[in-house]
Amino acid sequence: MKSYLAYLAKRLVQFVVVVFIGVNITYVITHSTPIDPVEQSISAATSFGVTSPEAVEMMRASLRQLYGLEGSPIEQYVSFWRRVVVGDFGPSLSAFPTPVSTLIWRAMPWTVGLLLASTIMTWIIGNFIGGLAGYYRRNRFLKLLGIVSMGVHPIPYYIIAFVLLIIFGFLWPILPISGGASMNANRADTFGFALDVLLHSVLPSLSLMAVGIGGWFMGMRSLVSNIVTEDYVTYAELGGVRPRTILTSYVMRNALGPQVTGLALQLGAIFNGAIITEQVFGYPGLGSLLISGVHAGDYSLVLGITSVSIIAVSAAVLLIDLLYPLIDPRVEAR
Amino acid sequence: MQGFAVFRDLIRYNFEFAAGLVLVGIVVLMALLSFVSPYPPLDVYVVAPDAPPSWDFIFGTSSRGQDVFWQLTVAIRNTLSFGITVAVLSRIISLVVGLLAGYKGGWVDRVLMSINDTFIVIPFFPILILFYFIMRDAMSWTSLALITAALGWAYDARLIRAMAMSLRTREFTSQAYFSGASTRQILVQDHLPFVLPILFSTTMNNINWSIGIEVTLSVLGFTDINTPTIGGMIYWANQHAALVSGVWWWVAFPIALVIMLFVGLFLLAISMNEYIDPRSRLARMGGGA
Repeated sequence: MKSYLAYLAKRLVQFVVVVFIGVNITYVITHSTPIDPVEQSISAATSFGVTSPEAVEMMRASLRQLYGLEGSPIEQYVSFWRRVVVGDFGPSLSAFPTPVSTLIWRAMPWTVGLLLASTIMTWIIGNFIGGLAGYYRRNRFLKLLGIVSMGVHPIPYYIIAFVLLIIFGFLWPILPISGGASMNANRADTFGFALDVLLHSVLPSLSLMAVGIGGWFMGMRSLVSNIVTEDYVTYAELGGVRPRTILTSYVMRNALGPQVTGLALQLGAIFNGAIITEQVFGYPGLGSLLISGVHAGDYSLVLGITSVSIIAVSAAVLLIDLLYPLIDPRVEAR
Repeated sequence: MQGFAVFRDLIRYNFEFAAGLVLVGIVVLMALLSFVSPYPPLDVYVVAPDAPPSWDFIFGTSSRGQDVFWQLTVAIRNTLSFGITVAVLSRIISLVVGLLAGYKGGWVDRVLMSINDTFIVIPFFPILILFYFIMRDAMSWTSLALITAALGWAYDARLIRAMAMSLRTREFTSQAYFSGASTRQILVQDHLPFVLPILFSTTMNNINWSIGIEVTLSVLGFTDINTPTIGGMIYWANQHAALVSGVWWWVAFPIALVIMLFVGLFLLAISMNEYIDPRSRLARMGGGA
């Protein structure tokens, strides 16, 4: 138990470091550009029609405050951190006066739901068939599966999503291609609504899975094909242990550890993919919100989503790390 | 001559390498053709718009009156050189961090790896979008390459560190150290050559990664859209609703070409990885393993 606490403390420190560096990157990016975002917003706002100098001056003052450009650099830095810690990113400019945090909370369940479901499914399917392919090396079907998933793997999310959109949107229109649920969905009908949401999530999650499975497949296959040659596997085979037991309890169980670590490392990348997928399929999550914020010039919304995504991803990584000893009990001992 | 022997073996015994080389070769050839393009890349309405593929315009023409084939040659050249720039810059960072952390160990290692792990897990896409949001029209090819390189080194630095840690325990390192070699000399002259093969394969993967970012950001319109790139072409095609109006060749050819590049580079990367591992190399050459 004591060693687990030490492990826990180490992971917590890492979590704090990740959030600290991440928020500092956003700070540096927002404060060290050659372009003054305030003047940009003002020139955008005043390019239509004539505005009195007093109004421009007022606008400049309020924008400077909003962008956190008031006071000395140290004060700016402190107030930036305060906003992140409290989770108060001020009112959204594009959906004034709704607070940014409300918008984020509204979009969060969609993204988390889509991501959680497709990430877990991708991970399980990829590892399972990868394990099978590593164990039954001669199987033709598994070899073919390997070639297909490896061929799809290097293609970026956007292209896959786009191709799926063309196939299921224009060539063979059987699935809804846009939105998180039907516009006229009756939310009182819980089952029907759930089915509707599920149906709308098929294409986005399919595109995430198509890209993701290959990586897990290849990783698991090479891990398993190394483990199969270990002495204890040969011993179990000679001892007459059923092949299925060998595959699940001897081989795959031991290969899972690195794959769980890999999952933690890939979470950020998965989040990136979700942003693009949401944009392509018009899914009402954080990604769509972020991109609409950029188009609307909504500084507080963009900054809020960036900070929240950094914190959320590092928290998810922390969670996986904390669960890791369940899969590999040796970690505690170290 | 050793480099040539490696190359020969790769082509002879490794189908993936040969296939990857052919695919990448075609793409590079396309990029080189841009230098003999009859049209300036930024000019629009130089040919009749919306012409389907024919002998005159083998990839058709776009709704902006550009010859898709020649436009594509310039676009793939810019995209490819973006990928290579990012890969080279980020390789430098990951080499320095990886070799230094692995060789020095101790607190240098701990500090560098904490930073490294942060860059691995951080979702870089929102950061890139934030960057575009701040830069807006000042967003240039160079600044995007710089920030992408700054975000893309971490995973490979960890790989290199793992190798450097084992190199540190080898005898030649001790010998160099006791002969009075400086840290820089040990890292560059003794350790770097061992890391080079894996560096090449990560370069391929990194080019893929950065091109993926470039395409995605451009498609969303979050880059300098006036520099012709693959993503930029898809962006303009989307702006003109090319698929709805039936101008499919405007979208299909850029996507096909970039997928060729992705698969080609990926095949090169995995075949090199396999070659680095002597066990799988011997198995392939029929030496048994």
